[in-house]
Amino acid sequence: MMQTPDLLADLLARFSSGDVLAASRLMSIVERGGAAAETVLDALFTKTGRARRIALTGPGGAGKSTLVDGLTRRLRTAGQTVGVVAEDPTSPFSGGAVLGDRVRMTHAVGDAGVFVRSLASRGSETGISPLACELADVLDAFGRDVVLLETMGVGQVETRIRFAADTVAVVMTPESGDEVQSLKAGLLEVADVFVLNKSDRPGAHAFAADLTAIAGLRRRGEWVPPVVQTVGKEGRGLDALESALESHLQYLAETGRGELRRRDALRERVRALAEDAWREAWWRDPTARAEFDGMLERVAVGALSPYRAAREIARNLGPRTTR
Amino acid sequence: MKRPIKVLLAKPGLDGHDRGAKVIANALRDAGMEVVYTGLHQTPEMIVEAAVQEDADLVSVSILSGAHMTLIPGVRELMNAAGLGDVRLIAGGIIPDEDAKTLLAIPGVAGVFGPGISTRDVITFIEGLFPARDAGA
Repeated sequence: MMQTPDLLADLLARFSSGDVLAASRLMSIVERGGAAAETVLDALFTKTGRARRIALTGPGGAGKSTLVDGLTRRLRTAGQTVGVVAEDPTSPFSGGAVLGDRVRMTHAVGDAGVFVRSLASRGSETGISPLACELADVLDAFGRDVVLLETMGVGQVETRIRFAADTVAVVMTPESGDEVQSLKAGLLEVADVFVLNKSDRPGAHAFAADLTAIAGLRRRGEWVPPVVQTVGKEGRGLDALESALESHLQYLAETGRGELRRRDALRERVRALAEDAWREAWWRDPTARAEFDGMLERVAVGALSPYRAAREIARNLGPRTTR
Repeated sequence: MKRPIKVLLAKPGLDGHDRGAKVIANALRDAGMEVVYTGLHQTPEMIVEAAVQEDADLVSVSILSGAHMTLIPGVRELMNAAGLGDVRLIAGGIIPDEDAKTLLAIPGVAGVFGPGISTRDVITFIEGLFPARDAGA
């Protein structure tokens, strides 16, 4: 859909006055990408950075949506407004998706202080898509006090999720035990809080002890991720989860780690965007294309190895420092 | 970048049967659409609130309880009031032909499907509503 500048200006004005539909439509513009998305994110950026961002990641069926629902209720009771971005996987076969997180988020209904947005991963690897972070930006700019990001993960450990949130909670169930054995280091890299949900099932206590041992592997002086046992559907353990999240928030503030982490995230983001912009410009440049095609021809006839060709291309056409 | 057609699929009313809705959800996914499923026992207010927050391209309700003559106009009116006048509404379930005719006369009610309709027909119909877009593109 084409967006005229007038329409964008109108949406942005309504957004500033707290219009939920305008916020929602701006999110769709961001989802579609391109110049209009950039205009929106550009306009909203100065309003971001105020919301506290908490990510819940873990395997499908671990009960993340139920926990998000429970946390949302508590945050609302504490008077905080909440935005939720719930990401579900896109089918690799059809490109479609069933986004079912709303089924579990029943407490948020009818409350203007809660905004839930579902998102399909659309080919992004497991973990969190850049788009989910951009939608979180919109909710942040919209004035939500807390943004909860819910995403599938842990199968292949995704360190990028650290850049998406101030606090990352890794949610597992007693059945996740085997998986965890091979992930120890990776899990430690991403988890600020371990949540062992469905803790009424057999094996929960032994697994919790394992997790506590893993958490203890952190270097001295570093944050040691607490292990919280919950039974989400009964609301059990939510007190402990809330206070674990709170302790981490305090740690971030007291040690200055929170600022460092946000700074790291910004660096990663600008780096990725700059690389994208550079790559795009490169492929649009006819001289670069001609150089590339010429080199490819020489590789194809065996006159040059792919490595030498790549070096040559970089030397002739790359950023100034490599010339 | 195109976004696939985003459908909000809801089950209003008191009946507790959502097998049909789940079959449709999976079929639409397999046709390359993104389906936000809200679950059972949704009031019209809940459905419209979700449609606003999700910015759905289409709202689809499944009604087996016989309350379609109040629920469908109710959802439509609330959608209009919420600024979703440009978002179309379709409905499926146990809806007699005469009722379907009455409902289809309401502006913004784009389709009403009774029992025996195939998922293929529903997909074709929805794709027809968005001629400029490719599902799954």
